Amino acid sequence: MEKNTKHLPVQHIIGFLLSIVLTLLAVWAALGSDLPVKWIIIAIMVLAVIQAGIQLFMFMHMTESASGGGHVPWNMMFHGFVLAAIVVAGSLFTMSFGFTHDHDGDHSGHGSHQEEQQMHD
Amino acid sequence: MKLDEFFVTGEPLIYGGMVSIVLVTSAAIFLLTYLKRWGWLWQEWLTTVDHKKIGIMYILSALAMLFRGGVDALMMRIQLTFPNMNFLGAQHYDEIFTTHGTVMIIFMAMPFLIGLMNIVVPLQIGARDFAFPFLNALSFWSFFFGAMLFNVSFVIGGSPDAGWTSYTPLAGAALSPGPGQNFYLLGLQLAGIGTLATGINLMVTILKMRAPGMKLFQMPIFTWSTLVTTFIIIFAFPILTVALALMTIDRIFGAQFFTLTGEGMPMMWANLFWMWGHPEVYIVILPAFGIFSEIIATFARKQLFGYKAMVWSMILIAGLSFLVWVHHFFTMGAGALVNSVFSVSTMLIAVPTGVKIFNWLATLYKSRIQITTAMLWALAFIPSFVMGGVTGVMLGMAAADYQFHNSYFLIAHFHYVLIAGTVFACFAGLVYWYPKMFGHKMNERIGKHSFWWFLIGFHVCFFPQHFVGLDGMPRRIFTIIPEWMPLNVISTVGAFGMGVGFVIFVYNIYYSWKNSPRETNGDAWDGRTLEWATPTPVPFYNFATVPKVSGLDAFLSMKKKGETTFDETKLEAIHMPSNTGRPFIMMGILFFASFALVFEWIGLAAVGLIGTLIMMGIRSFDYDEGYYVEVDEIKKIERTVRGL
Ligand code: HEM
Ligand SMILES: [Cu+2]
Repeated sequence: MEKNTKHLPVQHIIGFLLSIVLTLLAVWAALGSDLPVKWIIIAIMVLAVIQAGIQLFMFMHMTESASGGGHVPWNMMFHGFVLAAIVVAGSLFTMSFGFTHDHDGDHSGHGSHQEEQQMHD
Repeated sequence: MKLDEFFVTGEPLIYGGMVSIVLVTSAAIFLLTYLKRWGWLWQEWLTTVDHKKIGIMYILSALAMLFRGGVDALMMRIQLTFPNMNFLGAQHYDEIFTTHGTVMIIFMAMPFLIGLMNIVVPLQIGARDFAFPFLNALSFWSFFFGAMLFNVSFVIGGSPDAGWTSYTPLAGAALSPGPGQNFYLLGLQLAGIGTLATGINLMVTILKMRAPGMKLFQMPIFTWSTLVTTFIIIFAFPILTVALALMTIDRIFGAQFFTLTGEGMPMMWANLFWMWGHPEVYIVILPAFGIFSEIIATFARKQLFGYKAMVWSMILIAGLSFLVWVHHFFTMGAGALVNSVFSVSTMLIAVPTGVKIFNWLATLYKSRIQITTAMLWALAFIPSFVMGGVTGVMLGMAAADYQFHNSYFLIAHFHYVLIAGTVFACFAGLVYWYPKMFGHKMNERIGKHSFWWFLIGFHVCFFPQHFVGLDGMPRRIFTIIPEWMPLNVISTVGAFGMGVGFVIFVYNIYYSWKNSPRETNGDAWDGRTLEWATPTPVPFYNFATVPKVSGLDAFLSMKKKGETTFDETKLEAIHMPSNTGRPFIMMGILFFASFALVFEWIGLAAVGLIGTLIMMGIRSFDYDEGYYVEVDEIKKIERTVRGL
């Protein structure tokens, strides 16, 4: 093994600190700020995208093909995105079709009423 | 906090548990001191990064957990047989079915299989260790401490009691106050770190460290099943991590993700839990399929029939396993469209599973079967597992599930798949690879006794549960009505039969250690795959020279050509990783932090967390590059183990 691995992994340290800062920012946005809910959600989404970018470019191997040392793991990334889509779309699908979330104890369901009617036709 | 709030008081059974913990611990400490084995324990085991030793530690822990989960099971059976004896109260019964389920799935089934993977996969692909040996040790200790954290709950603080599924709102802070549920959350979280890391570690090992020439479609089938499993682990476990973290934040820091008040969504827990949970059941069954495939091919003395179909069906099952989770809560009130979609996807899984069943049968067809103990487990698996699959498809019909759901019919289903699938595979795999691990076989005669006790006990225990379920007996109840009594008594008899089988199995470990003839060459069963090419006991570097692979069943062709893994002309110094105590220490500190968090001692937890971060920092600046085993030493070792 070469000894050239001994210098500080500067990029990783910066990335690490950045991701902690971004997380704290998100916590502050949710707990400490006076922003309207809509803006809090947008802010958190934006922070999440930046966070993902940091992970991909500063820790993962997105930049390695340029240096000739490796390849971009498109395959795994693709599967990761598919899974994220399943989690989000799947949750929305199962949580919103046929359920109501209002608290007035009315279980007949408003949103799904029509749909159910069609099913029973 | 007063001492009597810290320790669980007032239950004679739990006092008994405490006494036996103290006795066993002091006996272990006494023996280690008396035999002067502390140094040995530290150097050979606690600091090892050798995948074979880590695998053995996984399996030993898993057997201990099987014992714990088994005792829970027998206690539940006793209660249901004598419901009026007040053996277990309602609260105690709730705690026991919760710990039984959690221990069996998270701390028994998975670690047992991961232990076998640890030992076997590098040997099957011609690797000298995992891709990341340090991380592998870390994974083991994370599992071990996670399991310990979960297991102390019954004497310290009180066990969780909301079921292994921990549905909210029941498991939330309002309805389950106290540390019990926190033990569940943090125990699983801690062990989950290790599972995820092992998933990544094994995937990289299999993708990057195969012997020269071994293509993906030439890998032994158990390695394939492991690779597919690592994909499921990597994609499913983050969901559990997030769900556990959200519930922890709910309970400890007062958030409202899953509460009824504050606009939380209790249903979202069930949703997230099963998005992980269904893939999880495939995490514990696919490796089992792999084990049975190896055993059936070896003892049918034939190449596995339809190797490619076997691989593709596993890949298909893995993909589908992410698309069926709603079948666990058909009855929670989603609309007909949702239920129909997931009904169809659920039943689809039976197709690739059926393909596998027919491939096993075709492998057996017209072969000369050698009835060894390992093969008996594999043969019994096929029909028993099919029964679990059939009830699975029945449960998958959403409309019918309104009848079956949460009844003993469901209990029968998942025990048929989990015991006849996973547990049989663990026993079979252990028996099959035992000579590779310990240098001697397990006694066949005693092994067959334990097999028959267990198999018959299993069917006597769980077959009647289909009927008592259809008669309306719900799961998770501690008293029953007279109509259900007779079948329950039969069940209990069967459960004790399984208990006897397990005791014989463990006795066999002791008996064989004393009496079995030692292996003289590494190929105990006339095997086909590379793990049998190594000598027994396997040298710590596994392969003195790594063979070149050019087809399926690599060792079979090596034997034909008269090649071994010790080619003196090709010897080179071997690079190996150094032992290290850091994984143990780091996870010990994280255990401390988690324990503090269970009791919501935030200050102490923070201290533990900082300690963990410091350990991570130290690791980041660790430049230990391992060491080289010189050619002379390799020669010496190989000549001794090969008797040259
Ligand atoms: C043919 C394949 C299978 C099908 C169609 C199937 C279907 C189902 C369905 C629909 C349920 C939910 C029933 C209910 O809650 O009412 C269920 C529960 C369960 N299944 Fe399967 N299953 C299959 C294979 C497996 C396998 C291979 C395993 C594990 C090795 C497994 C483990 C479980 C467990 C643990 C539960 C119960 C979870 C709980 O509520 O605690 N199943 N299965
Ligand atoms: Cu499922």
